[in-house]
Amino acid sequence: MQQQLSTFSVLYRILARDIKVALRRQSDVTAVFFFFIIAASLFPLGSGADPKLLSAMAPSVLWVTALLSCMLSLSRMYASDYADGTLEQMMLSNQPTVLIVLMKILAHWVLSGLPLVFVAPLIGLQFNLGIDQLQILAVSLLMGTLALSLIGSIGAALTLGIRGTGVLIAILVLPLYIPVLVFGAGAVNAVAIGMSPNGALSLLGAVLAMALVFSPLASAAALRIALE
Amino acid sequence: MGFLATNHTLSADNLVGVRGDRLLFKQLNFNLSNGTVFYLQGENGSGKTTLLRTICGLSKPYEGTIHWCGDNINSLAEEYSKNILYTGHLAGIKEDLTALENLQFSLALSGADISADNATEVLKMLGLAKGLNLPTRMLSQGQKRRVALARLWLQDLPLWILDEPFTALDASATALLKQKIEAYANDGGIVVMTTHQEVALNVPKFEQLRLDSEEKMAA
Repeated sequence: MQQQLSTFSVLYRILARDIKVALRRQSDVTAVFFFFIIAASLFPLGSGADPKLLSAMAPSVLWVTALLSCMLSLSRMYASDYADGTLEQMMLSNQPTVLIVLMKILAHWVLSGLPLVFVAPLIGLQFNLGIDQLQILAVSLLMGTLALSLIGSIGAALTLGIRGTGVLIAILVLPLYIPVLVFGAGAVNAVAIGMSPNGALSLLGAVLAMALVFSPLASAAALRIALE
Repeated sequence: MGFLATNHTLSADNLVGVRGDRLLFKQLNFNLSNGTVFYLQGENGSGKTTLLRTICGLSKPYEGTIHWCGDNINSLAEEYSKNILYTGHLAGIKEDLTALENLQFSLALSGADISADNATEVLKMLGLAKGLNLPTRMLSQGQKRRVALARLWLQDLPLWILDEPFTALDASATALLKQKIEAYANDGGIVVMTTHQEVALNVPKFEQLRLDSEEKMAA
């Protein structure tokens, strides 16, 4: 018998491959990153230099922009693997589809969500946010963007193989993003008025935990239908 | 090689295949055992690919069941798919990765731990020595097909499902592949394949099935 790879190393290779492919085609990744920076920077330019107004709207502006940037790359999550046949090979892997899907989602998060966590506090400075708010902003984005990738994966899988998916994904996924937005921006807002962000962060964690359980299952089921 | 010494069977029971509202095949029965090459023929659109994908478990049959060693493949899930090597119409290779990276990834997907040296050797044997470090988008159609087929030389799996494996291959690659299929069947492997090329195979058991137009009727 041949040497068999462990589940862990198969999954690691799936994650590593997605990141490697993305880094060879950097325009996709950098586009999301710069969209976030530019879109978020437009708000202070458009709304004048009132520091109070800026810091009041910062959490919602940064969160909505992060949400839209994450959505930009959703349609590509499974589309290229579907087009070149690697997706059907993944379905025939010796590993459960649910775990493979989870790796695809993690790769999407590492490439499009995680960079925002690092750059958002810098953008937050433009909005006159205090250091404590910036910290909570980063923490809420760290949890929130992963939830966005998880939830978005369901939309990406459901619309696979349909033409002109961009708008359709937005319509499917944006309503599901509402709790993430409410609790994510809510945590930063709570700090601004001197309250503890723990309540909102716990609820955000609950949304994340739920997405972590259900999204890979739903995505895997949707992919199976798309490939039939 | 010995890895195929255990007995495997693949059988279908009253299989019905439907695509859209068209009946492709009905009451299809077969029973394949070690060393069999099962050769599907039929004109374009007669349901060959649908049948292959059904046998893989990618598509669900409209009616009927498929059994692997006596167990229904639906309940086996990845316990079944870990036995299959499937090459479809789509090569299943990423254009941005090199031939070697693609090969290693597709091997890893089925859990096979193959060293880069072994993989390189097979790619060279298949005439890809020059393109080893190029992204596969620079390769020709036939070369990409060779990259996709290279797994056949490296993996010990008891069931091959090959959809038009000879497409785009030149004479020398066709001969290599034919040899490999024969050697595999003689070792006890099961092959289910379609092809439009006339390839005479020298194998222990050979079965043919024509998916013909008279079997088609409005569903």
